[in-house]
Amino acid sequence: MKNCLVVDDSSVIRKVARRILEDLAFETSEAEDGMKALDMCRKEMPSAILLDWNMPVMDGLEFLAQLRREPGGEKPKVVFCTTENDVAHIAKAMRAGADEYIMKPFDREIVEAKFAEVGLI
Amino acid sequence: MTPFEYDYLRGFLKQRSGLVLSNEKQYLIESRLLPVARKASLPSISALVAKMKEPGAGVLCDAVVEAMTTNESFFFRDKVPFEHFTNTMLPAMLDARARDRRLRIWCAAASTGQEPYSLAMCLKEAEARLAGWRIEIIGTDLSNEVLEKARAGVYSQFEVQRGLPINHLLKHFVQNGDTWQISSTLRGMVQYRKLNLLENFSSLGQFDIVFCRNVLIYFDNQTKIDILGRIAKMLPADGFLVLGAAETVVGLTDAFKPMTDKRGLYQTAAAGAAPSTQRYGTTGAATPAPAPTPYTRLATVR
Ligand SMILES: C[S@@+](CC[C@H](N)C(=O)[O-])C[C@H]1O[C@@H](n2cnc3c(N)ncnc32)[C@H](O)[C@@H]1O
Repeated sequence: MKNCLVVDDSSVIRKVARRILEDLAFETSEAEDGMKALDMCRKEMPSAILLDWNMPVMDGLEFLAQLRREPGGEKPKVVFCTTENDVAHIAKAMRAGADEYIMKPFDREIVEAKFAEVGLI
Repeated sequence: MTPFEYDYLRGFLKQRSGLVLSNEKQYLIESRLLPVARKASLPSISALVAKMKEPGAGVLCDAVVEAMTTNESFFFRDKVPFEHFTNTMLPAMLDARARDRRLRIWCAAASTGQEPYSLAMCLKEAEARLAGWRIEIIGTDLSNEVLEKARAGVYSQFEVQRGLPINHLLKHFVQNGDTWQISSTLRGMVQYRKLNLLENFSSLGQFDIVFCRNVLIYFDNQTKIDILGRIAKMLPADGFLVLGAAETVVGLTDAFKPMTDKRGLYQTAAAGAAPSTQRYGTTGAATPAPAPTPYTRLATVR
């Protein structure tokens, strides 16, 4: 079974995302900031990461940069999921090594389409 | 709405757009046509039907037809057809049309433009192989409303996230607040025209590739057979037809046959008999060769 780490400081968003991902047959885990997510990845790399941008302690972009430098850190497919919806932010995320990008608000169809896009489903 | 009015609307829609409604679609009519009635200051579907029968109700009747169409579309819908386009159809045509360097593509139910623009993006990605080629994409639809949106090429944040890879969004769209407009380069690659598939469309000329997706499903078999037969006449022996995921020619017509291992992709019956690279080659002796060079006329329409 594929597993997806949901990284978002909003517990509501994490819950919604988990429900969608579990319907798509993912095992899920969650983290509320980039630092916690990084700790979890060091223990076990997930197949996918759904990643918010603005979070306390460590934001999504910083997390992504660090993740990609970790051993095995190139492996997870990283899909940003954020209210940042301008070209500059999207381009920055892609340059930092994101695989796809979701602009909030999102729904099940968008998550499904984006995960299919990067070959996760 | 009385059963009589319901039957009237069913007959009207069948005749005007081919739409077939089963016995229990009253709710669909209500939900789609009440807004049309309201806009025309009519209190009910019954009043709308009465008005439609009056002389000079042409505009209202058109509005009824358009309101009953289902226009949903996504970029790169079903994905596979566009992979077939880039990996199968395009290479075949690059080879077969190497002398003319002309390619004509028709989206026969273009709706709000996602399908023709997805093809335009595929072509843009293959640009390096297409230097010196003249490629036309013609998008047609019954509904003026969707064609206007297609021409404008402006999509909501929701619409650009269903099927469109983020890199394509960055590359081929211009952001304007919460909306995204397809680049002027891509818009310039597609021409849109109003066209009812029930009517004669042979004046569009010959095509190499026809996308006719998610429209035949709304019609009865006889209408499907008729339209497929007329499309077949517009394709050379090596041309391609692409249907929607829930559509097929099997059991309907011999004019096309499915290509092995290429789901949704069809070639004219003539293709298998003797694969031809000739521009207007037909193998059946009974079929007269279509008139050549339809381009010159169409190329001037913009
Ligand atoms: C569901 S959309 C298909 C869009 C696109 N081909 C796709 O697959 O995503 C169907 C379109 O067919 C159009 N349509 C319905 N009846 C038609 C007819 N008789 N002639 C031309 N277009 C028609 C509708 O206006 C609508 O935009």
